Amino acid sequence: MKRTCLTIALVGAATGAIAAEIAPGEVPFEEGAVAVSLTGAPGDPARGREVVGSKSLGNCVACHANSDLSDIPFHGEIGPMLDGAGERWSEAELRGIVANAKMMFPGSMMPSFYKVDGFIRPGNAYTGEAADDSFGPLLTAQQIEDVVAYLATLKY
Amino acid sequence: MKKTALITALLGAGAITAGMAWAEPVEDTLIINEETELTTWTDAPAAVEGALPEVISGWHFRGTETRAMQADDFDNPGMIFVEQAMDAWDTVEGEAGKSCASCHGDAGDSMKGVRAVYPKWNEDAGEVRTLEMQVNACRTENMEAEPLKYTGTEMTSMLALISSVSRGMPVNVATDGPVAETWEAGKELYYTRTGQLELSCANCHEDNYGRMIRADHLSQGQINGFPVYRLKNTKLNGVHARFKGCVRDTRAETYKPGSPEFVALELYVASRGNGLSVEGPSVRN
Ligand code: HEC
Ligand code: HEC
Repeated sequence: MKRTCLTIALVGAATGAIAAEIAPGEVPFEEGAVAVSLTGAPGDPARGREVVGSKSLGNCVACHANSDLSDIPFHGEIGPMLDGAGERWSEAELRGIVANAKMMFPGSMMPSFYKVDGFIRPGNAYTGEAADDSFGPLLTAQQIEDVVAYLATLKY
Repeated sequence: MKKTALITALLGAGAITAGMAWAEPVEDTLIINEETELTTWTDAPAAVEGALPEVISGWHFRGTETRAMQADDFDNPGMIFVEQAMDAWDTVEGEAGKSCASCHGDAGDSMKGVRAVYPKWNEDAGEVRTLEMQVNACRTENMEAEPLKYTGTEMTSMLALISSVSRGMPVNVATDGPVAETWEAGKELYYTRTGQLELSCANCHEDNYGRMIRADHLSQGQINGFPVYRLKNTKLNGVHARFKGCVRDTRAETYKPGSPEFVALELYVASRGNGLSVEGPSVRN
């Protein structure tokens, strides 16, 4: 499934952005933040909004309430509300938090969305079986950029 | 602690969006069939000292109707399986020509208190046994019958029968002596962050119980109510089936029901509920 997403993302990238894509193991974190776009291009906030709300994509609302997504029922209470995230954090900080929140908040419960190694008993999605060679990051570089672009729009 | 949280939340309620339900455990008393009062909320046992202020049955985290279903045996769908197991109890099976009743007589007498102390050390076998393991040991060794599938309906029904006759008795699982090593192994598993989501049991059930995770109201993940009749899958669910589901939800490769890992985890999780009443078969969503 991840492979398919990746393929779509690559096909959809159209421009020279492909060459600039940063792999999960090579993300340049600086104090939890990532200054450069993982795709080399800005993300699309509308698609990012979809990723944040969708159960099968980011599923961020499982843990975070977000007034802008009040059309979606059942928001979680595990993490802080996302309202105003774009004012509290810079784009670089948001990218770092979404790619690997544990770099910004050590020991955080928030999953690392752009990471492929260091897991204990990684599985094949939600099957309960061991991971196979289709294993990839939870979100693609493009999806991370889309989410970052969306979060940046969240003001009080 | 919970009381303070509630007040703070009410004061700050203006900040809560329309989509969020208020999610504290409900203050209520569980009285079965208008006679047996169960302990569903009590002081923390030694196993969770420093980790939890008090221990709370999953019953308090369910809705009004679900809670009511468990208070009356006629409404509790789990009791149908108890009745089926009563028939199985008296049924002769296997080469030895025996039933459970041949050795144990009336389950209501001989099984009273049994659920409360499992998993426990079996001296002859030199192992920690879950109640499922003991049922299968009786079947294979004493009845010379086939073992039951670990998470199958016949097994969970038999466990429901055995649990039902201990309802109201405090869970009192031993954590020291010959089981100490297994208990430590279970504790280790409880705090290990597994899968691609890197979540441990403690992340959800110790650090965040009482909160919503999307549409689910997180409880402490106690097992005093097992087996559990779940409205979601309309059947009785055993402890290891639930563990498997929770581990799967961390996007991990799960352990197998009956595996040494899940036996150790069960012993540890059971001890986190020492002092709560045996509740099985309970009703959850
Ligand atoms: C399993 C729970 C969980 C999920 C899923 C999750 N987060 Fe988080 N998130 C947290 C927690 C907990 C924090 C608080 C940081 C900490 O102290 O660990 C946090 C912090 C944040 C912050 C900083 C908030 C602030 O203002 O301080 C942002 C932004 C954020 N998350 C965005 C996201 C996005 C976007 C997604 C999905 C792609 C997501 N989160 C998924 C648990 C989660
Ligand atoms: C991502 C969050 C999450 C993690 C991690 C998790 N669980 Fe759960 N668990 C749930 C949810 C949601 C439920 C259903 C609501 C409830 O009772 O908490 C649940 C229910 C349970 C129940 C049923 C409680 C009852 O009263 O019926 C048990 C037992 C349990 N979990 C044990 C565990 C154990 C042991 C682990 C670790 C191996 C674990 N859980 C890991 C989310 C989680």
